[in-house]
Amino acid sequence: MSRGQNGLFMRDVTLRFGQATVLRGLNLALPSSGCTMIMGANGAGKSKLLQLMHGLIAPSTGTVCWGDTPAVQATRRQAMVFQKPVLLRRSVAANIEFVLNARGQSRHLCQHWLDHVGLAHKARQPARLLSGGEAQRLALARALATQPDVLFLDEPTASLDPASVLAIEDIVHQAKDAGTRIIFISHDIGQARRMADEVVFLAGGEAVEHTPAQQFFNHPRSTAARNYLDGKIVV
Amino acid sequence: MQSIGDALHLALQLVLSGNADLVEIVLLSVRVSITASVLALIIGLPIGALVAVARFPGRSVVLVVMNALMGLPPVVVGLLVYLHLSRSGPLGFLGLLYTPTAMIIAQTILITPIVAALSRQLIEDLHAEYAPLFRSLCLTRLQTMRALLWDARYSLITVALAGFGRAVAEVGAVIIVGGNIDHLTRVMTTAIALETSKGELALALALGMILLVLALVVNGAVQAVRLGAQRQAYV
Repeated sequence: MSRGQNGLFMRDVTLRFGQATVLRGLNLALPSSGCTMIMGANGAGKSKLLQLMHGLIAPSTGTVCWGDTPAVQATRRQAMVFQKPVLLRRSVAANIEFVLNARGQSRHLCQHWLDHVGLAHKARQPARLLSGGEAQRLALARALATQPDVLFLDEPTASLDPASVLAIEDIVHQAKDAGTRIIFISHDIGQARRMADEVVFLAGGEAVEHTPAQQFFNHPRSTAARNYLDGKIVV
Repeated sequence: MQSIGDALHLALQLVLSGNADLVEIVLLSVRVSITASVLALIIGLPIGALVAVARFPGRSVVLVVMNALMGLPPVVVGLLVYLHLSRSGPLGFLGLLYTPTAMIIAQTILITPIVAALSRQLIEDLHAEYAPLFRSLCLTRLQTMRALLWDARYSLITVALAGFGRAVAEVGAVIIVGGNIDHLTRVMTTAIALETSKGELALALALGMILLVLALVVNGAVQAVRLGAQRQAYV
């Protein structure tokens, strides 16, 4: 079970930027635990949906709540890892110490999180000199150091080698087992099969499917999802 | 009037002999300019950081004013400081006119806008990179400003150098509020102006050489620091 985080409710959510409608008519109810995989073609609105869920942006219409709490007020209990890790111009350890300090936690926890992601031997190295996989593990450690109820992952393994992908997945699995709610964006169907408990499939700014993972991969309902899984181009 | 050759010969003799007057002028110049630079950094960096991260009505006007103030005419600043510090001025009771303190005040006023405007641009660029992470972490504005100032520290050294360069080369304002008094407020630039007007080129050339060497040494040191920082990917 998740650590005190209620499920997510999105009601009649639309997101517009000027004349462009990025997301339309979203009605979603996500459970309070497990791993939800958000899938869809580029431009389907996955990242914007993640930002809405995390409370980084507000919907143009509709409501986004975690339990009774509006998403914009729940951000502090959540964390996000971006596709391109945003690393501070400091050492590896200082990147983690920064969030521990921001959250009023002891800096001594830094060593625990470095050990957790296998970066203890690089603690004093400049963070921005890490390899892609190491950088993403550091971003993950920094996110986990905030002890989030919900962890949002925006394509964290895009362009990483298989070993790095598995290392990231292992850390995410451990976080999920420890009770952290995981919401994950990925284009990697194999990864989605390994990680997801349920899938939200977006096409053209609409959630065309929201089903348990097994059902999604074995019996996709929508044509868009079937084409996507079959490797056909989805626009 | 000396020939250039004679003047250069005498100037070298003055420099190599460690002439007491020359040393006194150089030390006062450096003391006044460093003090003014430090004060300008203390005032200008928080202003630059605040304007970089804050969004408020009229911000674009503030940016235009900040940029325009970089070109403050030194003689106008000198005149304004003079009017305030003169015996009949509002701060005349302090008795600061024709003292090094008055020169520091004038130089601080001149270079604070340079520090604020240049640091604002640097910090705003860095903030664009960090903003998604900082929003996700729910950092306060103060935490954001502190983090950005720290992470931009190596780039901000160049800003400090620009401020020091302006201060140490400044003549218009310091001659008005300092008075170019021998053994009290005579600095390199005012001494060069005076000695040149008298046709005594040796001391003027000696001071000019020292000014150039000072600029080279400071720039070299800053460049070395920046190269070190670049190797660590901290810039």
